[in-house]
Amino acid sequence: MAPIVLDHITKRFPDGALAVNDFNLDIADGEFVILVGPSGCGKSTTLNMIAGLEDITSGELLIGGQVVNNKTPKDRDIAMVFQSYALYPHMTVRENMGFALKLAKTPQATIKEKVEEAARILDLTQHLDRKPANLSGGQRQRVAMGRAIVRDPAVFLMDEPLSNLDAKLRVQTRTEVSRLQRRLGTTMVYVTHDQTEALTLGDRVAVMRTGVLQQAASPKELYDRPVNLFVAGFIGSPAMNFMAGTLEEGMLRTSLGEFRLSDRLRREVESSGSGREVIVGLRPENFEDVALVSADNRPHGLTFRTSIDVLESLGSDVFVYFTRELGQGVNSAELEELARDSGRADSGASGETIVARLDAATHVREGQDAELWVDARAMHIFDPASGRNLSLGDDDGGTASVQAAPGQADAGEAQAPDPDARSGGVRAVPGQAGPAGEAT
Amino acid sequence: MAAITPRRRAGWATANLVVIALALIPVLWLVSLSFKTPAAVLDPSFLPAQWTWGNYHGILTSAQFLRPLANSIGIGLISTFIAVVLASMAAYAIARLRFPGKSVLIGMSLLIAMFPLIALVTPLFTIERALGLFNTWPGLIIPYVTFGLPLGIYTLSAFFREIPWELEKAAKVDGATPFQAFTKVIAPLAAPGMVTTGILVFLACWNDFLLAISFTSTIASRTAPAAMEYFSGGSVFTVPTGPIAAAAVVITIPIIIFVLFFQRQIVAGLTSGAVKG
Repeated sequence: MAPIVLDHITKRFPDGALAVNDFNLDIADGEFVILVGPSGCGKSTTLNMIAGLEDITSGELLIGGQVVNNKTPKDRDIAMVFQSYALYPHMTVRENMGFALKLAKTPQATIKEKVEEAARILDLTQHLDRKPANLSGGQRQRVAMGRAIVRDPAVFLMDEPLSNLDAKLRVQTRTEVSRLQRRLGTTMVYVTHDQTEALTLGDRVAVMRTGVLQQAASPKELYDRPVNLFVAGFIGSPAMNFMAGTLEEGMLRTSLGEFRLSDRLRREVESSGSGREVIVGLRPENFEDVALVSADNRPHGLTFRTSIDVLESLGSDVFVYFTRELGQGVNSAELEELARDSGRADSGASGETIVARLDAATHVREGQDAELWVDARAMHIFDPASGRNLSLGDDDGGTASVQAAPGQADAGEAQAPDPDARSGGVRAVPGQAGPAGEAT
Repeated sequence: MAAITPRRRAGWATANLVVIALALIPVLWLVSLSFKTPAAVLDPSFLPAQWTWGNYHGILTSAQFLRPLANSIGIGLISTFIAVVLASMAAYAIARLRFPGKSVLIGMSLLIAMFPLIALVTPLFTIERALGLFNTWPGLIIPYVTFGLPLGIYTLSAFFREIPWELEKAAKVDGATPFQAFTKVIAPLAAPGMVTTGILVFLACWNDFLLAISFTSTIASRTAPAAMEYFSGGSVFTVPTGPIAAAAVVITIPIIIFVLFFQRQIVAGLTSGAVKG
């Protein structure tokens, strides 16, 4: 059990490639931190540096208050679970789990006791004398976990430990990992490329892109207040909808319609020097069938008509896809990378394809026109050049409460009425309504 | 396809039989010779008219053969052991590490393997004389190791490359020193490769004639293939064909045992189950 501090950590490979660039993160004792990002973002390299399997080019790494840059893995008191599990094929499960203790010259009886206890926790007792080749994928994964917990280390490192499991087992094991971490209370750093895994597991999630830490925050915070376009697009499934927007005289023109900006947000956007073109981000659940939106809530958003291209019913929710022909499309390097990463690049649509998540009670039909409502308070505005989220403001406390709303928006009328915000038509108030003084 | 199959099969069978016959007939001829009496050596019949153990009895009671046989076994085993140990360490480094001059190193070791041995005999002879290694065990072991290494490094680095690197990382995280990771995790997994390499190196040493005849002068260090050259017949004018054939059969037997014994280990894939599979 130990805190970890990554202080300006940089990794440059001998061929000159910059894998991790000036990474700063404080991980508290007992915290469960997830490193997430698309492949090649440097998350595994970062983990390997914490483990001591990769040298740190510059910066300081502290585990338990000690600088460990030049310590070998064995002196760092860490345990690691690998993506491929890396079980020793010539040893039995028992020998695999006890290997570290054997190397540490632990007495035979203690090894036996600890291995058997770990096996009991992980339900591996009857497999102790089998070789890894004779185990199923899930059992191998548990042996790999067992090998880590037997040692009772200060830090657990996990490198995509679930990615070799099938979907059902993955969800099951995910819960087990979470339970195990809580039970052991050990600091854990977990690498994954799966944002769902990241959001469900972590106390805190660090999103990385091309070697740079984008944002490290709680899952909720990441979801509600992404600092930039990349984080906004990466976190959430289905992904946030992005559309082009143009600022004109305090109004934000998009393919959905016009939103009125609050003065503060307008100032924010104007002072950012990004010009009049912006990117507007709206999460699928910020949309709703207008018939299901309470009268109190309607003024907070924009109502528009559209024809529904595709409708997918999941039972609990309904996803609808529609295309807006207006707008010049969104161009941004970050969005392109996101699209590449998720295989969405080939949509082929000329306009902007938008996904909306509606309540299951909706009567919207595929191929017909429908009237939808979008919650303007949940809107994010990004600078197309830098990708920065302009709608966050700097008043964290105030905006967070407003930002909390979109999660409930799809429930239709769960929204608390806000009498001061119904100043005619539409007000775009995501976070920009911030301080109570200004909202009134 | 179906119409061609029987014809094809017949074709392959014929080809196989021809190859087997070509390989086996000289060996059988040798066995037959070893059982013939000195007088019957020039008898062209395949089977000896009169079977005799005389040739075997002769060589197996003579120090002229027994001592070289012991030399062969000793020198062969020691050379193989040293070559495999050194080759596995070198191959491991080549397979795992990036270091300056790596490709030069591989190139050099290949160069040694490609150099015609006969061209090196004279300089090596001079060197061995100067160093006092001539006609000693090390005098043969050192060149055998040298010429066994390139082969060993090549075979073993292919084996090491097959072993998932994560196993080694796991061992390091589990607290192993690099040496422990090698001896406790990597080497056991590369065991089939080491056995294969060992057999190849041992065969090369065991069968060597050129170096053995060049760097030895007495039975103190002469190996069996070279010793056969010094067998004497019943008289000055008799060629010792029978004893040579018997000796050749005797030195072939260990090889057959060796290969049969380790065959299973060569084939067994120990790496299954290391990673998801």
